[in-house]
Amino acid sequence: MTDRMSFQVGEDIRDTKAPDGPIEERWERRKFQARLVNPANKRKLHVIVVGTGLAGGSAAATLGELGYQVTSFCYQDSPRRAHSIAAQGGINAAKNYRGDGDSIHRLFYDTVKGGDFRSRESNVYRLAQVSVNIIDQAVAQGVPFAREYGGLLDTRSFGGAQVSRTFYARGQTGQQLLLGAYQALERQIAAGTVTMNARHEMLELIISDGRARGVVVRDLVTGEIESHLADAVVLATGGYGNVFFLSTNAKGCNTTAIWRAHRKGAMFANPCFTQIHPTCIPVSGDHQSKLTLMSESLRNDGRVWVPVQAGDTRAPGDIPEAERDYYLERIYPAFGNLVPRDIASRAAKNVCDEGRGVGPGGLGVYLDFADAIARLGRPAIEAKYGNLFDMYAQITGEDPYRRPMRIYPAVHYTMGGLWVDYDLQSTIPGLFVIGEANFSDHGANRLGASALMQGLADGYFVLPTTIGDYLADARDFGPVDDVAVAEAEIAVRDRIARLLAVDGTRTADSYHRELGKLMWDYCGMERTEESLRKALERIPELRAEFWRNVKVSGTAEELNQALERAGRVADFFDLAELMCLDALNRTESCGGHFRAESQDADGEAVRDDEKFAYVAAWEHTPDGPVLHREHLEYAYVTMTQRSYK
Amino acid sequence: MTSIIERGAATRPIVPPPARKPGFFGSSTGQKAVMAVTGAVLVLFLAGHMAGNLKTFAGATAFNEYAAWLREVGYPALPKRAVLTLVEVVLVAAVGLHLWSAVALARRAARARPVRYARRRRSQAGGYVVHIMRWGGLTIALFVIYHLLDLTFGVANPAGPAATPYARVVAGFQHWYVTLVYTLAVVMVGLHLRHGLWSAFQTLGLGRHRKALQAGAVLVSAGLVAGFLSVPYAVLIGVVR
Amino acid sequence: MNLTLKIWRQHDAAKSGQMVTYHVEEVSPDMSFLEMLDVLNERLILDGDDPVAFDHDCREGICGMCGLVINGVAHGESRATTTCQLHMRQFSDGDVITVEPWRAAPFPVIKDLVVDRSAFDRIIQAGGFISVPAGSAPDAHAVPVKKEDADAAFDAATCIGCGACVAACPNGSASLFTAAKITHLGLLPQGQPERAVRAKAMVEQMDLEGFGGCTNTGECTAVCPKGIPLDTIARMNADFLGRRG
Repeated sequence: MTDRMSFQVGEDIRDTKAPDGPIEERWERRKFQARLVNPANKRKLHVIVVGTGLAGGSAAATLGELGYQVTSFCYQDSPRRAHSIAAQGGINAAKNYRGDGDSIHRLFYDTVKGGDFRSRESNVYRLAQVSVNIIDQAVAQGVPFAREYGGLLDTRSFGGAQVSRTFYARGQTGQQLLLGAYQALERQIAAGTVTMNARHEMLELIISDGRARGVVVRDLVTGEIESHLADAVVLATGGYGNVFFLSTNAKGCNTTAIWRAHRKGAMFANPCFTQIHPTCIPVSGDHQSKLTLMSESLRNDGRVWVPVQAGDTRAPGDIPEAERDYYLERIYPAFGNLVPRDIASRAAKNVCDEGRGVGPGGLGVYLDFADAIARLGRPAIEAKYGNLFDMYAQITGEDPYRRPMRIYPAVHYTMGGLWVDYDLQSTIPGLFVIGEANFSDHGANRLGASALMQGLADGYFVLPTTIGDYLADARDFGPVDDVAVAEAEIAVRDRIARLLAVDGTRTADSYHRELGKLMWDYCGMERTEESLRKALERIPELRAEFWRNVKVSGTAEELNQALERAGRVADFFDLAELMCLDALNRTESCGGHFRAESQDADGEAVRDDEKFAYVAAWEHTPDGPVLHREHLEYAYVTMTQRSYK
Repeated sequence: MTSIIERGAATRPIVPPPARKPGFFGSSTGQKAVMAVTGAVLVLFLAGHMAGNLKTFAGATAFNEYAAWLREVGYPALPKRAVLTLVEVVLVAAVGLHLWSAVALARRAARARPVRYARRRRSQAGGYVVHIMRWGGLTIALFVIYHLLDLTFGVANPAGPAATPYARVVAGFQHWYVTLVYTLAVVMVGLHLRHGLWSAFQTLGLGRHRKALQAGAVLVSAGLVAGFLSVPYAVLIGVVR
Repeated sequence: MNLTLKIWRQHDAAKSGQMVTYHVEEVSPDMSFLEMLDVLNERLILDGDDPVAFDHDCREGICGMCGLVINGVAHGESRATTTCQLHMRQFSDGDVITVEPWRAAPFPVIKDLVVDRSAFDRIIQAGGFISVPAGSAPDAHAVPVKKEDADAAFDAATCIGCGACVAACPNGSASLFTAAKITHLGLLPQGQPERAVRAKAMVEQMDLEGFGGCTNTGECTAVCPKGIPLDTIARMNADFLGRRG
């Protein structure tokens, strides 16, 4: 067995698909250079799309419209349920409808800078260009965006951007955009171009002659294992935040699809880049199954504090002003309660580590509206935040008008994912990866309201163009190797059989909880060499115990939710290990990745561009992970250190 | 280039149910529209009927003349009973179609829920509606039969078929139990209309101002109930004799 | 607190089911209803029993996947909430709680509390969309939309497709679901060209799926987690009958 803490370094890799020339013209040039498939041939070409969120749903619908035969899969009971639906805030687009100085270039600049200079200029520029078309497309589909009295679209500013470029549909923008994509998808299903397989989970990728040619899925209702073959496979299976067990992701979100692809040869890029959101409702007990996000806008009027004394158990109302520590206002007098997400999150963790956290388990800080209510009156606060206060009251049983809210940070997005080139193709030919599942556009940190933008850009506009270039050669692909299919199926069956055979004494969920806690403690908001080494020791032990002692009831030939969960947890173990290894390797702090060793005197993240201005793309080999670096070059944006002075 | 690629059952597309077009009368919305239109016809009839009943307060002669007039409207330009017959035909058709749509919708509902809930559901909408519409409708139908035998044909009336209409009214409602039966039935009609009236607007797509329509339905139903009950109670307490 | 649960157990669509009684102890009032079922399931798994299958995903009230009839009420008695948003503090020690799946012929039970709601997808397939291929859309500001219309369209569009309306309707009607989509698209200028044909096709599909007819009882809107108003059904009827109101 190889040393868990070490890895090989392989050759550097490069994105060979991005055209050069002026950045404004690259996407146009790529579109023109991409070969086309004539309509008669498209009908004979088969594409599999896994996942039906914003990226997968829009991609399947668009490929169907273009005339390809599409087979689509999702684990939910309907494509409309994918977790994109839970996105609240909005979607960015460089429309400059306000005339406030926005432009494609500014959105590009903000995104590269927000990503802390760990994303590709070409990709991000294209994203900003395409953002404009997304809004047009969504409006034409009937997405009911918020409007002004004059009938034109309303926008708001978001995440500290200096321009107002976020389009929104109250607090349910993700839902409305996803339903738009879902309706487009259902239209294609009715037209016969897309075959939908809901309640199916992808468990293996089929590779034949070096190309991705299909997937092995399990019918979650009957338990039947099926192989579906195609000329190309698109993964749109979302992020892996659930490796932490508690996150704002849906319960079913998992890494299995991309992890299986990784094991079959697709490189995994920047797995340690995770984003943590500072304003979530804290954990209330051991039974907690997920975390709920509260809009960040609350920090505009709420004041964050904890007791000065550690272990102070008095009710918040009984703690006099002098014994409260408004720590954000104290440490960051200029920005106060409005410091960026990662700083607010880390500060909360620090005061809780000092024993000053509030609520069950001491993992929470107060977000107090008493001053705002006194200043603006309760009706004004109700009008602004009424729905959020109601949601809080529903979940916690506490009245936030009388008692300060308790908040705590939680994982909610993963910037890392499978490595893709400019065409969104992974290192396996014919395997395309879109949306949160890939790593491409957000660097080390995603800006608010940019996830929806990227998912739809990939699905509606980028992939449908670039996949054609790949499929233009499809006549040379040849038949799929039966042996490869059989091997993939056998691997899946074996794995399921192994899980069922253990018959131990702990449930998969209990292992998942333990893994999640370990990841949160050692590879969460703040990472150190020591914590990561600890995690890298502990994870393999826990995984070994899991395979020795997990208990999965029922059989493989039925709807078996315990089995589904166990399979996902098994893959989370492997992913967790790679995340820690990536975090250990990246000794700098950047974006969502904070290494305690790399900070300045004020506790701010310090990047190391000399050593780490690269994408860490990990290859899976039988001898352990191999790191390939893709060096990043910045010709249009100057690299600067982030500062909140 | 590969072409066929599916294996396993799941690659079958979702097959929509056979495209057997149900047509207007076969569709739930069509059946509801029939219910609404026939209901509206019956409500208009009830309004006229109620207005006619109030003639009782003008005395025996006026009421009996009114009853006779009903049989001669349009005479001599039209044959006697022509208009009345036409009204009767329309009413019978309306009642028939109203019943047909009620049965069709009830059967549709029964098919849609073959397995009932173990825990009896409590209404979340403050509703008595389903019971009052289906069982209430049946009650009203039975009442109408009795009502026809009582006051139209007179065979079930204490004064008998030979008496004048006014005499029959007075003879019947003198008895507390006759008045009680009429009271129960008329109140049932009122409850039926309270839901039925605004529901008809809703079904015909005119229900944009739901609150106002619902309030209006309550007022109209109450008005009809009061109008209809004024005569029996006037008889019972001896104001009309 | 300690609770008694009476839960519908059914191995698969082909077998018949029955209510089974379970006792759950030490339930924390801060748990959500689904977390309470998680606890029960953990115990069942360790005992080697079959855990209770139920649908759920986002657990924040937006995906529409969860849906249980709790004590005879779809999504439980709290208004404007999904099952996953229901918390155990609504219950008291010693309560007996019945838990059943959505009951409707077009929603056949797959297992225990899991039902097949693909009928809803097919209603959308019949016409619940605006036909626009990607890439051909005019500028988003080309057609202004009155704010009131956009807001009303949004209200209808918030439907999460959970199926509580069908579960609660004494007729097993899917009118509220269907009407919500017809209203959402019919209120927007972009939805006008297909408006009449959309209503007709969607209503026909709704009937073909075997849903009951609407008798305006209002039970649907009372349990709807998003409070979709009954007025949407009036709009659907108007569009179906070919009226423009």
